[in-house]
Amino acid sequence: MYRYDEYDHAIVQARVAQFRDQTRRHLEGSLSDDEFRPLRLQNGLYIQRHAPMLRIAVPYGLLASRQLRKLADITRRFDRGVGHFSTRQNLQLNWIKLEEAPDVLAELASVEMHAIQTSGNCIRNITTDQFAGVAPDEIADPRPWAEVLRQWSTFHPEFAWLPRKFKIGISGTTEDRAAIRMHDIGLQIVKNDAGEIGFTVYVGGGLGRTPLIARKVRAFLPWQHVLSYCEAILRVYNRYGRRDNPYKARIKILVKTLGTEEFTRQVDAEWAHLKEGTSTLTEAEVQRIACQFAPHPYETLPADDAGYQTQLRDEKAFSRWVERNVHPHRVSGYAAVTLSLKKPGVAPGDASDAQLDAAADLADRYSFGEARVTHQQNLVLADVRQRDLHALWLEARTLGFATPNIGLLTDMICCPGGDFCSLANAKSIPIAAAINERFADLDYLHDIGELELNISGCMNSCGHHHLAAIGILGVDKSGQEWYQITLGGQQGNNARIGEVIGRSFAAKDVPDVIERLIDTYIANRYDEERFLDTYARIGLQPFRDAAYPATTTGNAAKERTYA
Amino acid sequence: MPEQLIQGRQLADNRWTTLTIADDAGDTNLAHVAVPAGAVIIPAPLWLAQRAALIAREGEIGVSLASTFEVETLAADIAHFSLIAVEFPKFVDGRGYSTARLLRERYGYTGELRAVGDIGRDQLFYLSRVGFTSFLIPDGRDAAAALQSFNDFPEVYQSGVDQALPLFRRRAA
Repeated sequence: MYRYDEYDHAIVQARVAQFRDQTRRHLEGSLSDDEFRPLRLQNGLYIQRHAPMLRIAVPYGLLASRQLRKLADITRRFDRGVGHFSTRQNLQLNWIKLEEAPDVLAELASVEMHAIQTSGNCIRNITTDQFAGVAPDEIADPRPWAEVLRQWSTFHPEFAWLPRKFKIGISGTTEDRAAIRMHDIGLQIVKNDAGEIGFTVYVGGGLGRTPLIARKVRAFLPWQHVLSYCEAILRVYNRYGRRDNPYKARIKILVKTLGTEEFTRQVDAEWAHLKEGTSTLTEAEVQRIACQFAPHPYETLPADDAGYQTQLRDEKAFSRWVERNVHPHRVSGYAAVTLSLKKPGVAPGDASDAQLDAAADLADRYSFGEARVTHQQNLVLADVRQRDLHALWLEARTLGFATPNIGLLTDMICCPGGDFCSLANAKSIPIAAAINERFADLDYLHDIGELELNISGCMNSCGHHHLAAIGILGVDKSGQEWYQITLGGQQGNNARIGEVIGRSFAAKDVPDVIERLIDTYIANRYDEERFLDTYARIGLQPFRDAAYPATTTGNAAKERTYA
Repeated sequence: MPEQLIQGRQLADNRWTTLTIADDAGDTNLAHVAVPAGAVIIPAPLWLAQRAALIAREGEIGVSLASTFEVETLAADIAHFSLIAVEFPKFVDGRGYSTARLLRERYGYTGELRAVGDIGRDQLFYLSRVGFTSFLIPDGRDAAAALQSFNDFPEVYQSGVDQALPLFRRRAA
């Protein structure tokens, strides 16, 4: 992975000193709340319900074991022993003291980490596919490009005070696993007929109050120009994005208002001035960074390990775990493994300090000392020998990492919700817990098959509920917590936004409603159909009928508008 | 702490006067506004309304750009200005950073570029990177202490008005 040189170290350490001084001035009273707020946000520090929350950047989700150990250490010493992995591959700590935040940043800097631009109206952490570099269907490794973009976006002087937050996602595979069409800029790595690398550029995706899928603005952008083209996009946005209403300030609204054609024309006009400038990337720089993501020293191994085949045949619990939590690898005899952070009784995406330490040990012993964070809020060991899978599974089981549910209903994405977040309308963690309990039976869970269920505690949509086959959104109705359900959303190449099923439900009814929706799917599905396939075939109505058995569907439909 | 100018990375006297016009003054009024003698900063719309007369005027002239002002409008007039002020109604309104880069990098403006409005110590580093050379620190903020912030970072990744080459081109050298 990328290692800092003296420049990177100097820049991150200077940031720690700068934030220490800003915090000191704020605590002394010479920097007001209003003046300090945007500054602390650009260091990932929110003031939450109980205490400040610190969002630590995990660039493109990649962590070395020494970084995991440092995160465990920080979680233990400065927090209450639990970290929360977010959908943007970052780690959030919910009990940081403001006066200790600079010390936490200094600890992070010691392992080449930071919390730079993890919040605020600036360019945020660059995210990508958790299987980057090992996916069999990869066109090119997205991580070097993500690192190039990380450096370019860090303290970019022109784009620190944008109308609203700005997220860039990048995918190196034909099947998009990084939800790039839900980003302000989505970059899809492609090769042209001559075999040269470039990017298909999408702009204007995003969730929140107005969920929109990004539009394609350029089919093939040669790699040399990726920075200047992003600068052109950002400049048009910085100048013309709305600043009068935060709900209409994302670039998606600008793209929608101008239309894709006019927006693209403005970007191209700006780019014409920038494209041959000094930001044009050089082969030398790309090589300098790419060689730090060179393949690990893999052994030459057979595609099928005999012992592994026996274990698969003999142990049902093991084979079930393999079926869900083990993923193909481009190198023969290796596999990628998801360590599930979605076990009953624990908030989705939460990991204790002991688990962070344990994950570091597993990474050292099984996966070249590296782990990844997924946008579904799990961890991945990307380079495990097939013959080690059984031993790893045994260890993962004792550590609470081996719930065999990846891609299944209980592999929920869930925001921290009203338990922690001051923006939330409703709690989300207790809803996740209730659903987890209802669907805890593994045979039942596996029979239901692939199904994404996501929960957001408010319209800011941190839980990506719009993109789930079943989405749950916390809403406030006269001071009470209610939950609206959407169906049919999906991420990836065919990303689409879920449809609202009808009026919202009380918290206690949510597990029953989910069960009735699942029953409807099971009653209607053909052999191998997934929930989404059945939904696409039979439509919303049968599910709506099941969700509101005692009322007429006419009422349900009518009440959609104010749910 | 009264309003204080920073120029050349030190505290400086403000030799310019600023002519402000009420928001409700229409275009017709602008033609009749009297521009005083001496080094004066006038709103850009006033420049556009009295352009011919102001070009003929003796003495230095500066223009002030609202955050919404499209700098392209002045592209042909840049050479007439000794000072361009860019207004920041709130420090989180970042439009002026793009305006500054366009003035320096696209329109070749080489005179004094002044940041005015809701700015302070924690904005100076980025402002100086996009081409601002003077900073009018408003009443109540400590301009002397703010001088330190020009040295907040020893290195930068991107090119800017202050640094022609991005770090990757200097690293390689």
